[in-house]
Amino acid sequence: MPSELVIKDLRVKVADSDLEVLKGVNLTVRQGEIHALMGPNGSGKSTLAYAIMGHPHYEVTEGDILLDGESILELEPNERARKGLFLAFQYPVAVPGVSMSNFLRTAVSNIRGYTDKPAVGDKPGVIGSNLMPMKEFRAELLQKMDEFHVDRSFARRYLNEGFSGGEKKRVEILQMAMLQPKIAIMDETDSGLDIDALRIVADGVNKLAGPNLGILLITHYQRILNYVKPHFVHVFYNGRVVMSGGPELAATLEEKGYQWVKQQFDEPALVTA
Amino acid sequence: MATATDREALAGIKEEYQYGFAMPEEYVFKARKGLDHEIIDQISDMKREPAWMREFRHRSLDIFLSKPMPTWGADLSGIDFDDIYYYIKPTEKQGKSWDEIPESIKTTFDRLGIPEAERKFLAGVGAQYESEVVYHSLQEQWKRQGVIFLDTDTGLKEHEDIFKEYFGTVIPPSDNKFAALNSAVWSGGSFVYVPKGVHVDIPLQAYFRINAQNMGQFERTLIIVEEGASVHYVEGCTAPIYASDSLHSAVVEIIVKKNGRCRYTTIQNWSTDVYNLVTKRAVAYEGATMEWIDGNLGSKVTMKYPAVYMLGPRAHGEILSIAFAGRGQHQDAGGKVIHGAPYTSSKIISKSISKNGGRASYRGLLKVAKGAVGSKSTVVCDALLLDDQSRSDTYPYIEIDEQDVQVGHEASVSKVNEEQLFYLMSRGLSEEEATTMIVSGFIEPMVKELPMEYAVEMNRLIQLQMEGTIG
Ligand SMILES: Nc1ncnc2c1ncn2[C@@H]1O[C@H](COP(=O)(O)OP(=O)(O)OP(=O)(O)O)[C@@H](O)[C@H]1O
Ligand SMILES: [Mg+2]
Repeated sequence: MPSELVIKDLRVKVADSDLEVLKGVNLTVRQGEIHALMGPNGSGKSTLAYAIMGHPHYEVTEGDILLDGESILELEPNERARKGLFLAFQYPVAVPGVSMSNFLRTAVSNIRGYTDKPAVGDKPGVIGSNLMPMKEFRAELLQKMDEFHVDRSFARRYLNEGFSGGEKKRVEILQMAMLQPKIAIMDETDSGLDIDALRIVADGVNKLAGPNLGILLITHYQRILNYVKPHFVHVFYNGRVVMSGGPELAATLEEKGYQWVKQQFDEPALVTA
Repeated sequence: MATATDREALAGIKEEYQYGFAMPEEYVFKARKGLDHEIIDQISDMKREPAWMREFRHRSLDIFLSKPMPTWGADLSGIDFDDIYYYIKPTEKQGKSWDEIPESIKTTFDRLGIPEAERKFLAGVGAQYESEVVYHSLQEQWKRQGVIFLDTDTGLKEHEDIFKEYFGTVIPPSDNKFAALNSAVWSGGSFVYVPKGVHVDIPLQAYFRINAQNMGQFERTLIIVEEGASVHYVEGCTAPIYASDSLHSAVVEIIVKKNGRCRYTTIQNWSTDVYNLVTKRAVAYEGATMEWIDGNLGSKVTMKYPAVYMLGPRAHGEILSIAFAGRGQHQDAGGKVIHGAPYTSSKIISKSISKNGGRASYRGLLKVAKGAVGSKSTVVCDALLLDDQSRSDTYPYIEIDEQDVQVGHEASVSKVNEEQLFYLMSRGLSEEEATTMIVSGFIEPMVKELPMEYAVEMNRLIQLQMEGTIG
């Protein structure tokens, strides 16, 4: 059975505030499917991505998020990652002093269960000895860096520190390739890329796509959809999914603009204001 | 996320996990507790020292007794000078057996990956760390180059003339109360002499880093780097050091002559009942470079401000200091740079981490004397607070008596960044792992300056210190 992420009547507010950002989101993403989620600035797309991953700044007030039928709302972000969720950030965070390879080795070791048991017998062993073996890890990392067009020198660089916008996005894809999630949310992974970088990123997504991966691709633009073919397109507006359809919906949206959505879905009071 | 109570409970468990260990309780000679002129004579007799050293000790004792306790730094009221053994001559005989060492200590050694050979010594089972063969061949090489690297007592015996010329010149007994104390009762430490133009490629001590003489509580180190010579000296290790008395008061004096270079690296992890009060000072002459890399973990109180006096044109001083303060600990650390000649330059980088109510203070002095034109200095101190109970303070003292200088001072206090934490956790790291990784990244600028094996151990130590901090 393919894995399934179900978002049900989800309402989310900013923690320590009354600001409600998500106002009843319904969406289902299964392994093997590619969904594009399009919507204007400030409509709540990133909030949805964060809420799925368990960002502490957002509070679910109603509804549920289920992975394979079980609610994940009580799980820490790392536990959600362990269950096969991944979020490619719109703005990847720099962590100074932490090398990419050190970070990724720890991440992979957690996700793949290496760290569940002590290194030797019942003793904890030397700190770090329960991580994925260095040699194996390095071989896999270097192979994937080549495959996803990330220069090998980045292994020793500090995570996202001083990376250009395009480099950050490529490294997000690399991390996704290493962590092999079941369901990935990609928040504007196509933004801020020049045409070549866009192609590299899109190629990366296509390499990873397949029966074992479900993708929720958040984007503003039709252009990435020229490379990555979604099975479903959703329009997000004012904290909700307001329209769903096939790839043709993206084209219509590109042609008519968000104004078209606004006119249909704004509350009357707002339209006249 | 875990609740605050969970965290406290877990932190409590961690605190109880004691990993200090005792030195063997069998000694050839142990002076009685307390300090007076009779004890000084006993020490001098035992060491069969020249008369001038005996006299130096007596004089220093008088200074020690006449000086009041410093009141400006950490709280030192817990020190009872009468309840301390000031001189213990270690025996060659083995103390306890390995089987008697508590399991928790053995586990700590395992987790830090301390080499087999060093464990026994650290646990007080072996009297002497068995030096590796490679060390002996290195010593042959140093001998041919005229490099002297001995424990200080032997240095005094075998090279009295050089010793006498420099000893006590950088830090006179009158400098401060604890320098006076050390001058009165010092024992052990290292004596290093690097002749003109000689470069010692391999860090001294890296292969020889543990030996009974170096682990004294009042050790005294003297390093002389002649013109155009260079050396890197490394002291300490990451394994927790249990002292038989709760006062550690060392003095380190360094002289770097024209165009010479010296780097002095310290990693210390005293058990949490120790007062660690250390005076470290170097003088750097024309074109010389002096670098202190100082990592302070453990101890109850640390007061340590490595200093560089730049006395010749274009001398350069650098101090990289890291302090980690946990529950009940106060790390009062920093650095002093004195620009006493034109075109001298200096840099102080201080990083501190406080958790579980620990307190880390940066205390620094930047002084530019009249006539030190064209001097430059930057001071950067960053503090990371891991919880609301912990504390960090900054006491920067700046005295500038010259117009034509460039000085910069930056200070920051931060908490663990939530966005970084979430980013790392979204990749499968637990909150504790993510926090530890952020802390490691914070001190990386220092760790990357350490010799490889120390860097590896240091990172493990930070992880060990962080275990159980977060639920
Ligand atoms: N932590 C927060 N505090 C206050 N307001 C917030 C917070 N997070 C989100 N918001 C608000 O919620 C709304 C939705 O923000 P969100 O980032 O989810 O939009 P978005 O659809 O991703 O926009 P963009 O296309 O520009 O990335 C915005 O008005 C934003 O200002
Ligand atoms: Mg967004």
